[in-house]
Amino acid sequence: MLEPLTPESRPCLAAKVRLRLDRKTGQHMLLYPERGLVLNATATAVVTLCTGERTIAAIIGQLAAQYTQEQTALGKEVLQLLNSLQERGLIRVAA
Amino acid sequence: MNAPYRPYTLVAELTYRCPLRCPYCSNPLDWARRRNELDTETWVRVLHEAEELGVVQLNLTGGEPLLRNDLETLIGAAKQLELYTNLITSGLPLTRERLQRIRDAGVDNIQVSIQDVTAAASDRIAGVASFEKKLEVCAWVKQLGLPLTLNVVLHRDNLASVAAIIELAERLGADRLELANTQYLGWALVNRSALLPQREQLAAARALAAAARQRLLGCMEVLYVTPDYYADQPKTCMDGWGQRFIVISPEGLMLPCHAAHTIPGLSFQNVRDQPLSAIWSDSSGFNAFRGEGWMREPCRSCERRSVDFGGCRCQAYHLTGDAAATDPICTLAPTHELILAARAAAVNKVAPLRYRSAARVAAPE
Repeated sequence: MLEPLTPESRPCLAAKVRLRLDRKTGQHMLLYPERGLVLNATATAVVTLCTGERTIAAIIGQLAAQYTQEQTALGKEVLQLLNSLQERGLIRVAA
Repeated sequence: MNAPYRPYTLVAELTYRCPLRCPYCSNPLDWARRRNELDTETWVRVLHEAEELGVVQLNLTGGEPLLRNDLETLIGAAKQLELYTNLITSGLPLTRERLQRIRDAGVDNIQVSIQDVTAAASDRIAGVASFEKKLEVCAWVKQLGLPLTLNVVLHRDNLASVAAIIELAERLGADRLELANTQYLGWALVNRSALLPQREQLAAARALAAAARQRLLGCMEVLYVTPDYYADQPKTCMDGWGQRFIVISPEGLMLPCHAAHTIPGLSFQNVRDQPLSAIWSDSSGFNAFRGEGWMREPCRSCERRSVDFGGCRCQAYHLTGDAAATDPICTLAPTHELILAARAAAVNKVAPLRYRSAARVAAPE
């Protein structure tokens, strides 16, 4: 069973997933076999930081500084996004 | 005409040649007469033009794409264009060294098909000894750090193996398992009475797939494609004709789907003669079933017309003789009884398999 992510998890893109800029729209998208997921600006910022080295807490901290946003609300949003990406098999926790 | 439509996926059928002889092959029955394959240079140009049109996904398929010795070159070109490249293969013929070259060229995913879970059963459908080799290739894929999709086309004779297929996929470390029920076109339509399952078989397989999807969430993606013969509504074939997909046949015909050129009376252009952008926007074949203007009743006034676009045009043609008819899968279609008859014929009927071969076979009654 899939473990929900915690602030200590270090997420990275799953092996089958590529992040790329859609030159037609200027938006980023996650590409995986036979599918694609268009990301909004916030999701793009989050996913870009998922390198497998940073913890989710560090990602939230970095984004909060960048967007001068309140940490608790932002943290909840980020965790929710990453959990849903994990359920779709698009991100995984780095070993 | 071009403005509302953007192609996202290019399905590049590199060759119709294949070492396997599966009786549900989606290649046209007269594949062997279409021998004039595009050269490397043309394919590379096609990739560039496709990317300019908006394509981000590339499926390299066939036939068996490994039979093209320029496969690594094409993958390299796709990599430069940042296309997501999925190699769809039987796994034959392949060495570990070549798979390594394919990886180094930048492939993003390898999709290997098996036909069942034992060598005897799998090789019976493939028409050639191949199962053990396929397992070896799957192991190489994972050893080389590539994502693996395991694909199994489902039909009457292997639906009972679904639990074992899921187990095998887990053992192989597949990232994705595609359990795709046969689409009854091409060779599968010729063999429909030998392949079409009964409803009870499907219910059991669907339940197993659903349970596995939940259990393997986040580890292995489990896809289960329902056969439209047991659906009440037609599938949204190709996400709509000429809306998101480009298929290019081995000889260079640019098509809205892999079977569009089996519909008589439609005109399709060759990528040797025209740029992709011109074909995409102006081809009468592409425009034939875009939008809703071509629809008749019951589609024309149906609230689902913008959801399923009237279903599959090829299926409509091959079952009713009229490509603009409502897909007979739809319970509202005046020809729906054709589907009911096919289901009834599937009960306890034993029919011999007709393997894909170079000799054209007559269409079934």
